[in-house]
Parts: sequence; C-alpha cells; structure tokens
Amino acid sequence: MILDLRVPLGLMFTLVGLILTVFGLKTNGNATLYAPSLGINANLWWGLVLLAFGIIMLLLGRRGQKRLEQQPPDPPEEGQQQRGH
Amino acid sequence: MLNLTAVDWLIMLLYFVFVLGIGFALKRSMKTSKDFFQAGRALPAWICGLAFISANLGAQEVIGMGASGAKYGLETAHFYGIGAIPAMIFVGIFMMPFYYGSKARSVPEFLRMRFDEKTRALNACSFAVMTVFSSGISMYAMARLIQALHVFDGLFHALGWAPEGIFTFSIVLSAAIVLLYIFLGGLTSAIYNEVLQFFLIIAGFLPLVLIGLRNIGGWSGLKASVPIAYMHEWKGVAHASTNPMGIEIIGIGMGLGFVLGSGYWCTDFLVIQTAMASKNMESARRVPLIAAVPKMLFPFLVILPGILAIGLPTPHTTTVVRNVNGVIYHDTTVVSPQVEQGRGLVPAKINPVTGKPMLTASGQPLLDYDMATPNMLLHFFPTGILGLGLTALLASFMSGMAGNVTAFNTVFTYDLYQSYIRKGASDRHYMAVGRWATVGGILLSIATAYAAINFNNIMDTLQLVFSFVNAPLFATFLLGMFWKRATGHGAFAGLIAGTAAAMLHHGLTLPIEAHTGVHGGWIAVLHHYPSDMAQNFWGAIFAFGTNFVVAVVVSLATRPRPEAELVGLVHSLTPKPARAHIVWWKRPEALAVAVLVGAIAINIFFY
Repeated sequence: MILDLRVPLGLMFTLVGLILTVFGLKTNGNATLYAPSLGINANLWWGLVLLAFGIIMLLLGRRGQKRLEQQPPDPPEEGQQQRGH
Repeated sequence: MLNLTAVDWLIMLLYFVFVLGIGFALKRSMKTSKDFFQAGRALPAWICGLAFISANLGAQEVIGMGASGAKYGLETAHFYGIGAIPAMIFVGIFMMPFYYGSKARSVPEFLRMRFDEKTRALNACSFAVMTVFSSGISMYAMARLIQALHVFDGLFHALGWAPEGIFTFSIVLSAAIVLLYIFLGGLTSAIYNEVLQFFLIIAGFLPLVLIGLRNIGGWSGLKASVPIAYMHEWKGVAHASTNPMGIEIIGIGMGLGFVLGSGYWCTDFLVIQTAMASKNMESARRVPLIAAVPKMLFPFLVILPGILAIGLPTPHTTTVVRNVNGVIYHDTTVVSPQVEQGRGLVPAKINPVTGKPMLTASGQPLLDYDMATPNMLLHFFPTGILGLGLTALLASFMSGMAGNVTAFNTVFTYDLYQSYIRKGASDRHYMAVGRWATVGGILLSIATAYAAINFNNIMDTLQLVFSFVNAPLFATFLLGMFWKRATGHGAFAGLIAGTAAAMLHHGLTLPIEAHTGVHGGWIAVLHHYPSDMAQNFWGAIFAFGTNFVVAVVVSLATRPRPEAELVGLVHSLTPKPARAHIVWWKRPEALAVAVLVGAIAINIFFY
C-alpha cells in the first residue's frame, strides 16, 4: 500500500470545512438564508467541526504516510499454514 | 424550487475530484491481478471495517432506511439490531477463518474448494446477475432522485439542454465516475472511496438529525408527534396486528435475523470482499466487528430522518392577511396537492397521467416514502451545507454501485472467465479482463436501471432479490463450514431447491393492498400477508428451510469427500490458530463481546 487513506480524507474534509466556514462567516446574520435551519448558522458551525476533523485526519495521515514510506511492506502472515498443491 | 449556489457546486465538484484523484493515485500500485481484485490483501482492519458497512450503504440504506423509518417507524431498527449486528459478529468470529484462511479469492471460489465446480458455477452466475441488478437499482434510484430534487435543472437550463435528458445525464455521469476510479485503482480504490463516503454520510446526515430533532422538540417532542408504535422497536412485536410492519416475532427473528441478515452479511461477496482484502487473519476477523460498532449507531443517522419527516406538521396552503398602513395584503403560500395529501414531509404519490394523488385499495393516499429523507435535506439545509448533504447522498449511491461492480468484476474474472472460458492465461491478461469486466458490468447496470421502474419501495425490491438468491445460500455455508458430511451434490441440490422454494412462495402469496404481479401471487394467491416485508421474511424462511432439508438429505445419500481434503474448510477439521501471543483484549472475541453488549443496550433503549 502506498497511500495512507487519511491523507486524502483529511485534505478533503479540511477543504470542505474551510469552504463552509468562510461561506458561513460571509453570510452570518442572513436571516432569510438560515430560516430553514431554525436560525442556526449551520454552515459556520458544521464547517468548523469538519475543519477540525479534517486537520486531525491530515496530521495522523501524514505521520502514517511517513511510516509507510520508511518501512518495507508487511511480512507475510505469521504462522501461515503451508499447504501443498 | 431548489436553489443551488456556487458553494454547493464547489463542494460537489471537490468530492468528484477527490474520488477520481484517489483512483489516479492508486493506479501505479496496481501491478498484479491480486492488487486489482483483492487490494493486494494488504489493507489495515479499520479501513476494511468502514468499507464493510459502506459497501452496503447505498440506495438501500440511506433512502430505503429513511423510507422504512417513515413507513414502519423504529421497528426498522430491527434491520440493525437483529438483522446485521449478530450476523456481523458471527461472520467475524466463526466464518472468516475459512474465508480468509482458505486463500479463496472470492466467495464462489470458496464454494468450489469446499464443495464442487457446479456449486461454484451456480453461485457465481446468480451472484453476477444479482450484483448487476443491485447496481442498476442504485443507479435508477439516484437518477430518479436527482430528477425529483431538480439538482441539475439549473445547470441544464443554463446550458440550454432539454430537461428530459436529466435522467440519462445522471446515470451516465455516475457510471462514468465509478467506472473510471475502479478501472484505475481496482478494489483498493473502491474501498478507499467507500471510507470517504462513510465519513461524508456522517458529515451530511448528523447535522440534519440534530436540526430536525431540535425543530420537533427533541426526543420527547418526536415521541409526541408520531403514533406510539412508531417509537418502539419491540413493543407490539408479539403479534402481527399490533406493529406497523405487520410481522410477529418469529418472522422477524428467523426471517430477518437468522436468514436474511446472515445470508447477506455472512455470504454476500459484496461485503465479504472488503474483509478478505485485509492484511492478515486477525485483521480479517476484526473487520466485521469494527464495522458493527458504527453500524449500531446508524439507526440514528438513517432511520431517524424518516421518522422525523412523518412527525413534522404537513404543510397546507395558507393565506395570511396583514394590514400595513391601511393596505390589506393577502400572503398565500400555495402547497401542491402532492405535498398536502402527504403526511409530514412525505409527499403523496402522483399519478403522472391524471395529476391526482394515487390511492391505495382502501382509499388512502399512497405515500412516496422514498422522498422522506431527501425532503428533510431540502427542508432544513440552507445553501452551503445543502451541497454537502446532496454530495453525501450522491456518494452513497456511487459507493453502493462501486461495491457491486468490484464484486462483479472479481467473480466474473476468477469464477467465470478463468474457470470456464480461458484457463492458464497470464496474470496481466486476467487483470485486463477484470478491467473490461468492469466496463461490461457497468453497461449492464445501466440497462437494468432503465428496466427497474415498478416498485414502491427500493428496500423491498432488494430484499426480494436477496430472498431469492441469498436466503437459501446461508444454509449452504452453514452446512459447508460446520458439517463435514455435507457434499457437493447436496449443496447444489439444496441451492436449487431453496431458490425454487423462494420463487414458489412469492408466486403463491400476496401482501394485502397489493396487486398480483411483481408483488407476488403470479401463480395463484393462497395466502395474504399484512405487508410486503412480512412476505419477504417468510419467503426467506421457506427458502432457507427447503435448502437445509434438501442439502442434508442429498448429502446423506451421496459419497462424502475424504476428510484430508477438507482441512481449513470445515470447522471440526481445522486446527485452532495459535493466538497466545495476542493480549486477551486485543482478540476478536473480546471485541465481539463488547459489540454484543452494545447491541443489546441499544435494543433495550429502543424498546
């Protein structure tokens, strides 16, 4: 395996979080826009949550990716049964 | 109606870029057919675990569970508590050692090792047909939903295209994306994208549930606004007439828990393939158990939106008269009859010819339950997070398709092409065949998508297909793995008899308020069930029972295989793996007990 999944996962959520947060800040106080979500600025709050999640995943993923690149691939399973063909 | 802005499109586009990007990034590690079909058998357990439930998180889950939540209430959670969790524990603890340990590359291949060639051929063919069918239904549901939500209407209008093309455009777009990322990165790509989609679903649906609950007045407010039976998973389950699904405890326990749930989670290569892609035996056994943890919490995410949709007040045409500086204004909010005739946010079904709501046999408006969850998204999400919610919905459809497509290309290449069409070719050749099987499978799914139009509830359709093919299958695996005397002839005869029994049952029974035809009763109507769900569950029980009895009888009449050939394939003949080196709490068994306790706690909570 050459790609730690947490890198693209974290990157995607960081970007989505950023987009929502910025959009939420820009539209903060727009009562018509946030009428459906009961007056809650859903973009801003959920954007911040996703941003935090994305950054954590990205950091974990980068560490994992470094480890993947340093280590040789996993040795075959221990105690593997030898079966003849 | 639906106003998508640039933010929504940006989020959707971003997701597509990442999906394809993962495919391209993985392309260079696809060197052998093992990389392509089995993800090199090198993935960590948590990734496979999340993909394990994501593979199932397609149209059936997200739209279907919301629809069932709106239709049957919390009783739908049985699909989790009884249907999925025990089966996932069972497959992890007892069955995975044989799937993974046998080195079989697919579930049909395991059947060849344990039984014989004809059993494998039968299973491979029926499975291939089923995956194409499921993926086609997923595609159809997605295209229909995109049409109903008017997602692409603005885009089509801006480009000057005819709106009739939206159905086809949606199908071609999703098919092209799924095709590309599987073509490039094989199973690894499918699994990675399934995990991506898992998190997207949570990101898209958790805020929906939170806002919805807040609107209705929290948990107690929800309880107050729906019929009492809706909020109980177990109450009234002792008799068919006292619960919304119309099934009594034996039908649910046996039909869903023992037969349909296990048949799906323990034998369907669609989910098993993700566990078989993990890096070693202990990981492979942990995969379904890891998957069971979020699975327990998913009723909150996918069933609750449906119940909330039913519980919210139904919009009506209203006129508000206000007086501003002596001028009288009449503000009229016009609501279409489709919405007004519905219940809560669930609209009535409209007859496309007359434009009037369709009625059931007893004169009630027929509700379009599949719109429950999507309407919740439109009702509560402002632009921005709406894009996220729609992306999550699209992602779930595509990943449901992807799981089917990777299962199809593996079974086609290994179990049909390599076994019966061309043996002994080079590994590179089989990898190319796998890639082209992906193309073929997707084309067939598109054809299916255009053919699948006649059902009220997608969930019931899929359950019907599974009950024909999968329900008898679980008996075959149980006998195969735990009874060394079971023979190939027995397994084959049992499968044929089981599937025949399922079809016969469907042909002879009919849910009340349904017309003969696709819903059953096409031979003669001998029995009426209170709901189509009850019909499915009992059909599964008959199929399982028939398979079990026929397989045992035929096995006893035929010659068993020598025991030496069955080592590693049958429980009693396989030595226990040495696991003394693993601390007790890291063993799969410890995780299994924890999951079981959690599942029981949730069932008590929902009582």
